[in-house]
Amino acid sequence: MLNIENLYASVDGKQILKGLNLTINPGEVHAIMGPNGAGKSTLANVLAGRAGYEVTSGNIFYKNKSLLDMSVDLRAREGLFLAFQYPVEIPGVSNISFLKAAMNAKRRHREQTEMDAMDFLAAIKSKAKQMQMNEEMLYRAVNEGFSGGEKKRNEVLQMLMLEPCMSILDETDSGLDIDALQVVAQGVNALRANNRSFLVITHYQRLLNYIVPDFVHVLADGKIIKSGDKQLAIELEESGYVGVGG
Amino acid sequence: MSNQEVKDYLEKAYTPGFITDIESEAFLPGLSEDVVRAISAKKNEPDFLLKFRLQAYRHWLTMQEPTWAYVKYPKVNFNDIIYYSAPKKKVGPKNLSEVDPELLRTYEKLGIPLREQEMLAGVAVDAVFDSVSVATTFKEKLADAGVIFGSFSEAVQNHPELIERYLGTVVSYTDNFYAALNSAVFSDGSFCFIPKGVRCPMELSTYFRINAAKTGQFERTLIVAEESSYVSYLEGCTAPMRDENQLHAAVVELVALDNAQIKYSTVQNWYPGDKNGKGGIYNFVTKRGDCRGHRSKISWTQIETGSAITWKYPSVILRGDHSVGEFYSVALTNNYQQADTGTKMIHIGKNTSSTIVSKGISAGHGQNCYRGLVKVLKSAENAKNYTQCDSLLLGSECAAHTFPYIEVKNNTAEVGHEAATSKISDEQLFYCLQRGIDQEDAINMIVNGFCKQVFKELPMEFAVEAQKLMAVSLEGAVG
Repeated sequence: MLNIENLYASVDGKQILKGLNLTINPGEVHAIMGPNGAGKSTLANVLAGRAGYEVTSGNIFYKNKSLLDMSVDLRAREGLFLAFQYPVEIPGVSNISFLKAAMNAKRRHREQTEMDAMDFLAAIKSKAKQMQMNEEMLYRAVNEGFSGGEKKRNEVLQMLMLEPCMSILDETDSGLDIDALQVVAQGVNALRANNRSFLVITHYQRLLNYIVPDFVHVLADGKIIKSGDKQLAIELEESGYVGVGG
Repeated sequence: MSNQEVKDYLEKAYTPGFITDIESEAFLPGLSEDVVRAISAKKNEPDFLLKFRLQAYRHWLTMQEPTWAYVKYPKVNFNDIIYYSAPKKKVGPKNLSEVDPELLRTYEKLGIPLREQEMLAGVAVDAVFDSVSVATTFKEKLADAGVIFGSFSEAVQNHPELIERYLGTVVSYTDNFYAALNSAVFSDGSFCFIPKGVRCPMELSTYFRINAAKTGQFERTLIVAEESSYVSYLEGCTAPMRDENQLHAAVVELVALDNAQIKYSTVQNWYPGDKNGKGGIYNFVTKRGDCRGHRSKISWTQIETGSAITWKYPSVILRGDHSVGEFYSVALTNNYQQADTGTKMIHIGKNTSSTIVSKGISAGHGQNCYRGLVKVLKSAENAKNYTQCDSLLLGSECAAHTFPYIEVKNNTAEVGHEAATSKISDEQLFYCLQRGIDQEDAINMIVNGFCKQVFKELPMEFAVEAQKLMAVSLEGAVG
């Protein structure tokens, strides 16, 4: 699904990623943990193609195509989804019409017809229920006046609707209480399938109790210094990043 | 989004509409007392109207062109203008297949029904008799309700007493330079009279659009709503309007008596000039409503996307106690367009209230200026005003300016002002792109979201068109 080869990337001329290698196969859930400033969010932004994140060397292959040759919106239409750490507010644009535009952009890309309005409404209502979101939130402007937890649920709602092949969750657990965390995790787990992959970026092992990863990687100073299974996350929680040589 | 990207996006070629050849009976260019008399004679006007025109003309001679607006343009030579020209016969295309396909594409984007496309594109009238009969049906329906609605010239002939009673009572010919000029030489326009207790049975928008013929350079509109009546009127059209006249100086007067309500919506999409700022219409308009009666209400909603220069301040005089004035505006300037627009709310009666919501969008080298006056006179006990004016900038070469004036002479007044200027943020754009929405759609979505507060004040069918209009205007392909 995703192949990152010897990736170097910089922000404002400062080298952040320094030779990162990672392979994610279809159906796998990978977790990336690491101290502040290790480059976790940079990795997420580079994958999504955000302006200002410059790849200085290395390659990224997504579904066997060069990801770096694709525009931001094309990556998204090809099924790469980023759940934002800080979702953006768009005043005056209702949540539901935003999602509909996103859905239809993706469908047009696949040469499918636009989704029937009634089918769309039924789908979004059931997914909102799954995320324990009040229906009224669908008609509010995108993220406007949402609490931190509501924003994160809204990200996962979008993910459930768009059914991406490769989902990147950038610290989706930050600022969530335990109930919200479980709802978010359930949303992610509902989407797990052998043709979909996930990259879960987190500070805390806590989230991984609910989204159980196949692999855990420790990112420090721009590269992966250790990989293991779920057990590694538990060790990190006990001994800290220093304990694993970070 | 980089500046280059914004620039490329905004600079997509402008596609002008076609211009119909009009064989007309016209005066020679230039303005004099004889020309004013000749206009009045041609139109077979009663004496009071000739007198009105002459007084206006004489006053105009003593006036100077205003220079206080935040706009720049070469001086207009008023002696180069032809002040009277009666269209004789239109030589238009026979059907839509003869119409510029680019223009049709724009109509298509705006979602304008085929019949109306024919009217707008100037297809010869006998080819669209269906529309004409629709218009006749409307006219009968209005007449049944007692509503008088038609051209200003018609009203001068059929209801001179109403014209004499109300003309110039809201916008005096001494009001300003362009109002004086208009009063002297106005060509035609609309007249609408809603009798006591009548709720106008239809949105006059529907009627108006089908009947929107050439509006002329010096348009005059007068709407009178008698006690407890209601009317919703829409002027203009989202479809591109091409006009050979560079200067437009219209006057619109609204009168609302006790408990009457007038909702006046404008969609202005005249030729804005090319991307280098060449050509384009100068739109210098005086629009004012008089809430003459108690508990009367006047609402202005305007979507201004066209014209090279817009100079326009639809205002409300809140004379009656408990009267309400509203102004909702979206003004978009792209390329080298300049807009100096806003409103005046003059509180005279007790417990009067006014609301101002202005949304300015600047792109390219566009200059967008909000100029507003909230004036609370000594007599206006418990007056309330709320003003919100927001500006949105696309790119780095455009600008937004805000000039709010507040004069309060009564200390029971509550006046609130909020203003914000924002750029389309890279964050918002990235968020949309990351959801697979392409750049063009993303910008349109963000801009439309910004305008939503105003769009929702428009009659339903036009709200939808207005959204599409924003997209087309930003694209630069107004046509």
